[in-house]
Amino acid sequence: MIDVSGLRKVYRDRGREVVALDGVDLHVSEGEIFGVLGQSGAGKSTLLRCVNLLERPTAGTVSVAGRELTALGEADLRRARQGIGMIHQHFALLSSRTVAGNVAFPLEVMGVGRAERSRRVAELLELVGLADKAGAYPGQLSGGQKQRVGIARALAGNPSVLLSDEATSALDPGTTQSILALLKNLNRELGLTILLITHEMHVVKGICDSVAVMRDGLIEESGGIAELIARPGSRLAAELFPLPAPEPGNVTITFTGRADEPVVSEVVRKFDVDVSILGGALEEVAGVSAGRLRVRLTGDERAAALSYLAERGLLVEEAPVSVRGERADAYNRADGNSRTGGNGTSVTGPAKETR
Amino acid sequence: MTWDEMGPLLWESTGQTALMVVWSTLFTVLLGLPLGVALVVTDRGGLLPSPLLNRVLGLIVNVGRSLPFIVLMIAVIPLTRLIVGTTIGTFAAVVPLTLGAAPFFARLVETALREVGRDTVQAAQAMGAGRWTIIGKVLLPEARSGLVAGLTVTVVALISYSAMAGVIGGGGLGDLAIRYGYQRFETTLMVVTVIVLIVIVQLVQTLGDAIARRLARH
Ligand SMILES: Nc1ncnc2c1ncn2[C@@H]1O[C@H](COP(=O)(O)OP(=O)(O)OP(=O)(O)O)[C@@H](O)[C@H]1O
Ligand SMILES: [Mg+2]
Repeated sequence: MIDVSGLRKVYRDRGREVVALDGVDLHVSEGEIFGVLGQSGAGKSTLLRCVNLLERPTAGTVSVAGRELTALGEADLRRARQGIGMIHQHFALLSSRTVAGNVAFPLEVMGVGRAERSRRVAELLELVGLADKAGAYPGQLSGGQKQRVGIARALAGNPSVLLSDEATSALDPGTTQSILALLKNLNRELGLTILLITHEMHVVKGICDSVAVMRDGLIEESGGIAELIARPGSRLAAELFPLPAPEPGNVTITFTGRADEPVVSEVVRKFDVDVSILGGALEEVAGVSAGRLRVRLTGDERAAALSYLAERGLLVEEAPVSVRGERADAYNRADGNSRTGGNGTSVTGPAKETR
Repeated sequence: MTWDEMGPLLWESTGQTALMVVWSTLFTVLLGLPLGVALVVTDRGGLLPSPLLNRVLGLIVNVGRSLPFIVLMIAVIPLTRLIVGTTIGTFAAVVPLTLGAAPFFARLVETALREVGRDTVQAAQAMGAGRWTIIGKVLLPEARSGLVAGLTVTVVALISYSAMAGVIGGGGLGDLAIRYGYQRFETTLMVVTVIVLIVIVQLVQTLGDAIARRLARH
């Protein structure tokens, strides 16, 4: 539904060049909710704004619903944008218009007639549960209500795609949940494809089907959530299941969809090992339960026990044994490339992984 | 001078001031509003970026604002003759008044429009709105409270400028105060004239504030 390839965006800021996107490829399938995660300044907003060409990419192509937007002229682009909804962190409503007037705005832009317009507005406000606020001004609404107006407005053109840049980060937890539920509903009932940016893990857990993790203008990893969590060295798994910093020799076991199997006690029974559990977390993500355990495994049959766990289909990652100086709070990737870890500390030792 | 003598003089002068201010306000808006919009949209990162045009317009506005009104009034006499057909009288004063106030108003329009968030403008762009739609349906309506406040300040400035219109035979309250009060030592008339001016300015400011506040409430 959304295809981005080779996307680069370089900002020129008083002679200095800022590479906000450094060759990004992204594929969002029809009907999915796709989350983009990453630290501040990673380029998430730039990526989103390149999808509807609010920002002109320096290089690369963007296609939405089969149309290559980067190839369109200005008038065609404006028309294409009418089929792409967008919601904003700070709502970006027109304060001089009522709720109904705000929702009518995109319809006016599209040249929809007055009678049809008011019919559509009523329908959209009904959809987001704000039928009774049609005559209110944005200044008289709560944050959650404002975002509902934003969503109704974004849906006015019957878009196939909805873009959302931190649409819930200005809202309190309860309101966030109700907005997420609304988005999930729209996704399910209208088949709306949603590309959203967030820094809140519970948004990812709650509604995303797929995720891309960005860093320094690049996509570090992307794919279905369950698949990503099961991938060695996954940033997403580290973010979803915050565990204490690993000590050398610790083992992290990641499991998806088999939370109820007693693997740890099995291992202790079958092999001559001792297991102490250092930390663990269990989450319901993308409809499956997944979890991570950080354990210390000691004993003569340690290697055999680890292979057994890997054979059972669990992801077993060992923290590097020789960590020079710094705390080992990140793992190396499977390919052994040294890279920056979660708290910005660099891991220098090799990683051993068994699958 | 008795009250009976002062009455008609005051009445006539107030009428002349009102005439000058109303007409010049109208033309100031017609000239200054597009100029203010142009200053905003031609700026870097604006809807129609054009650095050169922006620089030229900025220069024109600054020149207009730095000329003392009394100098401007004399300097535009040829233009006044061209437009009004005469260079003296109440209508003739409307030309320099407009030219003096329009750059001032344009800057206030610019300031008011810049108050409209980038977010709001980009949201409209994301909905496929074109430049003119954004100017007409987003920028101007969203800035309307600031625009009214700017217009109020401009009208008050015009009332004050119009006091100098006596120089080209424009008449008005300021002219009355100078001719009778100052040159003929009619202190009472001068004081009364000044009071009338103060009352008018107060009325304009209060009305403008009330409207601006009403518009800002939403
Ligand atoms: N208009 C701009 N001009 C210059 N540099 C910019 C501009 N917009 C973004 N950048 C730079 O591009 C980089 C990516 O910015 P972007 O806003 O996409 O980050 P982000 O991932 O959305 O961050 P956040 O989580 O804080 O919103 C940053 O280094 C930022 O400073
Ligand atoms: Mg951002």
